[in-house]
This record gives sequence, C-alpha cells and structure tokens, in this order.
Amino acid sequence: MRRRLGISDFGFRIGGKRSSGFRVRSSESRIRREETLKATEKIILLFFTLILLSALTIPSWGFAAEKWPGVDEAVVKKIAKEQGREAREPLIPTDQGDLLLFVFLLAGAVGGFIAGYYWRVLLVEKRTSKKDEPQGEIS
Amino acid sequence: MKKIEKFKKPFLLTSVLIQVSWIFTGQAQAMHISEGILPFQWAIVWTLAAIPLIAFGLVRLKKQAQEEPSFKPLVGLMAAVVFIISCMPIPVPTAGTCSHPCGTGISGILVGPVISILISALALLIQALFLAHGGLSTWGANIISMGLMGSLAGYVTFKILRYLRTNLAIAGFMAGLLADWATYFSTALELALGIRGDSPFLPLFWKILIAFVPTQLPLGLLEGAMTAGMVTLLYKKRPDLLIKMKVLRAEEVKA
Repeated sequence: MRRRLGISDFGFRIGGKRSSGFRVRSSESRIRREETLKATEKIILLFFTLILLSALTIPSWGFAAEKWPGVDEAVVKKIAKEQGREAREPLIPTDQGDLLLFVFLLAGAVGGFIAGYYWRVLLVEKRTSKKDEPQGEIS
Repeated sequence: MKKIEKFKKPFLLTSVLIQVSWIFTGQAQAMHISEGILPFQWAIVWTLAAIPLIAFGLVRLKKQAQEEPSFKPLVGLMAAVVFIISCMPIPVPTAGTCSHPCGTGISGILVGPVISILISALALLIQALFLAHGGLSTWGANIISMGLMGSLAGYVTFKILRYLRTNLAIAGFMAGLLADWATYFSTALELALGIRGDSPFLPLFWKILIAFVPTQLPLGLLEGAMTAGMVTLLYKKRPDLLIKMKVLRAEEVKA
C-alpha cells in the first residue's frame, strides 16, 4: 500500500508495502519519522551543495591586499578606515615580529594541554569507573 | 532518493576534504573586532551588556558544579576548545583571506549558553591581553557577538532540531554552522552601529555582512562539521554525560 502524506511530509511518498493494508500506529509513526528525516537530509544536502558551489564561485574580492590577511584586516579595519575609524595598538604589544608566533605557540600548547587533560578526565578516567553506563546508538 | 544516498557520503567527504585542505594553505592572521575600532560610547554599551551575562554565568557555573561533579572538567574542556578554536586562523582560498571558527556552538550545546558566554569572555580576554587578538575596548562587543549570539544560535538550533527528531550529527552540524554565521552577523551589526558616523545604517551593515560572506560561508561549514564530530564522539564515548548535561534525554539513548 502506498500513501501520499501532506505538505508537512514534504510531499514524498512513504515507503514500505504491507500485504494486509493495515498498520499499527507505532510503525506508521516510525515510517513517517524516517521519511521526514530523509526529506530533511535531502533539503540539507541541497542547501550545502549550494553553499559549497557559491563559496567556490564567489570571486576573491578586491579587499585582500596582501596574502591571506585576516578578516579583521580585509574587512573590519578596511571598512572602519573608510568610515574614519582606525585600530589602536594593543595594550600589550605582542604583535611585534615573531613574538606573536611565540605567544600563539605558547597559547596553543597551554590550551592543548588543558583540553587534553580534561578530555582524559572526562573520557578515560570517568569511563573506566562507569562501565555500566549506557553506550548506545544514535536515535 | 537512492541516488542521493549513493552520492551523499562522497559529497560530504569531499566537502570536508576541501575544508581541511584549506587549513594547510599559507600563513594566517587573526580576527575579532580590533582594539579601538568601536567608538568609546559603543564600547561601553557592549561591555555593560556583557557584564551581567558574565556574572550570571559565574553563578550558574558555581551552582551546576556543585550539582554535577563532571561539570567542571567539561567546562574546562570547552574553555580550552573555545580558546584554541577562536584564535585558530584558517585560510580560505576562495576568498584569499583568513578567519576562525568560534567554538561557541559546541560549548552552547554541551554546557548551555550562559556558561558558554562565560567561557567566551575568558577566552576573549586572554586573546585581547596577550595575543593582540580583539581588544579590551571591544571585549564586550566580541562577547556579545561570539559568546552570546554564537552560543545562543548553536543551543537553540540544536534543541529545535532534536525536538524535531533530527539526527544527532545533523543537529550538531546545523548548530555549529548557525553559531558561526550568527556570530558574524552580529559582528556586522555591531560594526555598522559603531562606525557609521553620519552614514545610513543599513547600507553599511549590508556592506560589512557581504564582505564577510566569502570567508564565513565555507568556515561555517567547517565549524558545523567540527561541532557534529564532537557531539557524536561524545555520544559514543560518554552518552551518560550528554544525558546529565541535558543534551539528550535518557530515552534517546538506546541500550
């Protein structure tokens, strides 16, 4: 048996043939949910195809004065300058030469250590003491 | 439908590979609204708007940490993740520029938007002080855009999609994507309000927003993929944690 659902089901036919022609409510709602999920996936897939295509086709705009400027340089500071606003030097001027690379390296190392430490606390140590907790499938 | 199923995985894989390949190209710089860009009165407005949110976040953190022992390590993990992600410049070849994801989508989902704002405030403060990334005068504005708008967009999107019984990975993906876009939408709004002078607001707002598009469109996809990956990984490793954090209901986890 094939049925066409309403507009809320995105107009797709629901699957699953039944010889008896009867459905229990739970299986019907499950099929309806699966169909809605599939339709949602279809729309999302289409949406991201469009986004990816637009991202690949939108030309590199003229505001990129140097190689790989950040959007702060290319957009924020540029437009602010046009409006008569200039960025000031940071309070602690770490953006001098390779000093910025060093502080980014330091920040990354410290941040990475903290992330790794808490990851271990949450997912390794706790897990070993909680083996009976549910481990399941995505519903 | 079968055709779509057939091409879905290769498409998603290709998208991810393209995004990942962008990470490894060239040198990069940083973002956020820089020091001194916003006029004094707007800097004050955004800071005054952000301070109650930070205070509320501190109260909630204290309360939730007392109720759930796993909460503090999770907040610590999220703080590190938001800090690293939000100062990680990623080159986007299609635009010729760099920008960064925000990480507030995932923190909004896992620890809630209020704590996520607190986390963002801390990350932005360290970046403004030591990494020449953002600024102290623009701290409040950056908290509102990245912390408030990013976290809220991620949290609300995830909750709505899960309520509609969307797959966990898709809900996570959309939450990350919209958190990123909401951040840059609100950054454009703050900038247009702050720097317009006598110029009309809307044309300047659209100009800034459109200028963000070539960079933030693909980066939003990357942030979505990262968020989806983290949510599903935590689901596989510690579903009990997601239940405790009220990310999922117990009945959603099949034994």
